[in-house]
Amino acid sequence: MPPVELLLMLLLLATVIVVARLKDLFAAAMLTGIASLLAAGLFVLMDAVDVAFTEAAVGAGVSTVLFLGALSLTSRREKQQERTRILRILPIVIVVATGAALIYGTWDMPAYGDPDAVIHHHLAPDLIAETEEKIHIPNIVTAILASFRGYDTLGEVVVIFTAGVGVALLLGGLGLRRRDAGTEEES
Amino acid sequence: MRPPSRVREMPILRVIARALVPVILLFGLYVQFHGDFGPGGGFQAGVIFAAGLIIFALTFGVEALRQVVSVVLTERLMAAGVLLYGAVGILAMFLGGEFLNYSALDPLTTGHHGQHLGIIAIELGVGIAVAATIMRVYYAFVGRRLDGDGEATEPALGAEPGEGTP
Repeated sequence: MPPVELLLMLLLLATVIVVARLKDLFAAAMLTGIASLLAAGLFVLMDAVDVAFTEAAVGAGVSTVLFLGALSLTSRREKQQERTRILRILPIVIVVATGAALIYGTWDMPAYGDPDAVIHHHLAPDLIAETEEKIHIPNIVTAILASFRGYDTLGEVVVIFTAGVGVALLLGGLGLRRRDAGTEEES
Repeated sequence: MRPPSRVREMPILRVIARALVPVILLFGLYVQFHGDFGPGGGFQAGVIFAAGLIIFALTFGVEALRQVVSVVLTERLMAAGVLLYGAVGILAMFLGGEFLNYSALDPLTTGHHGQHLGIIAIELGVGIAVAATIMRVYYAFVGRRLDGDGEATEPALGAEPGEGTP
């Protein structure tokens, strides 16, 4: 593994271990944002700039703010609770087992960047050859998302809209809304 | 209206936020409209734009932000973004193409400009919907605190975390 990737991986590992052990939830929320930023760095190194963009903006930016918003409603420190021995060991067993299963799964994957991998011979050559000719924009990712797969993206936007409506209905923020409606009537 | 006391006592934060917020908003617009040439697009642009406005709310208070973007406005924009996307698709049908076939948007040429126009329009729809949704979710989190008495004591998120009732 190249040194920069290795460094980012080690930093990521250290960050998540600290997050899991911290009792101070405020610090844990900030470190979660840093973990997202490190992950975004890794995505950039893998040439997935669009994904890195999203990870940095959503993971490191907005979700950290929402964590802090949730924290402002509760206490800053995690409650100390007595746990039996099994409850203390069980989570780490589950995490290690899941991680081992995932690593075992990667053994069957083609090597990273392997040009002979199946994924590079299915649709990718056609899309790379035809995007310039059919859509006339240089960014193939945007062409696929917005034009070739326009239906899917419309569905995704509807999903985001639905999620927003769901949060608005469940969490409300109606105090803000009611006062907005009040000022509108006044004016 | 007045920012929470802790932040008000931090001139560095306020000055930096004042300088950074316009740059972040401008960068959001750049990502939005440069999406067909560089990395990014509507989703990332929407998130960046909303994040810039949230930074404004964190430093200057939710009330200050609500004077610019009201909660009701975010709800309307959420729907407007989705409708813009769908409207482009239906417009293509009226112009003789299939649903979301942007080439039909420009019948005079062989479709190059139609694809360009269509992609810019639907990315704008995505950006508006995403930015408005994130703002609405942020308001939902912040508004929890204000729901109880109905009177805003001070903006919740700008305040020190953990001061709420446990």
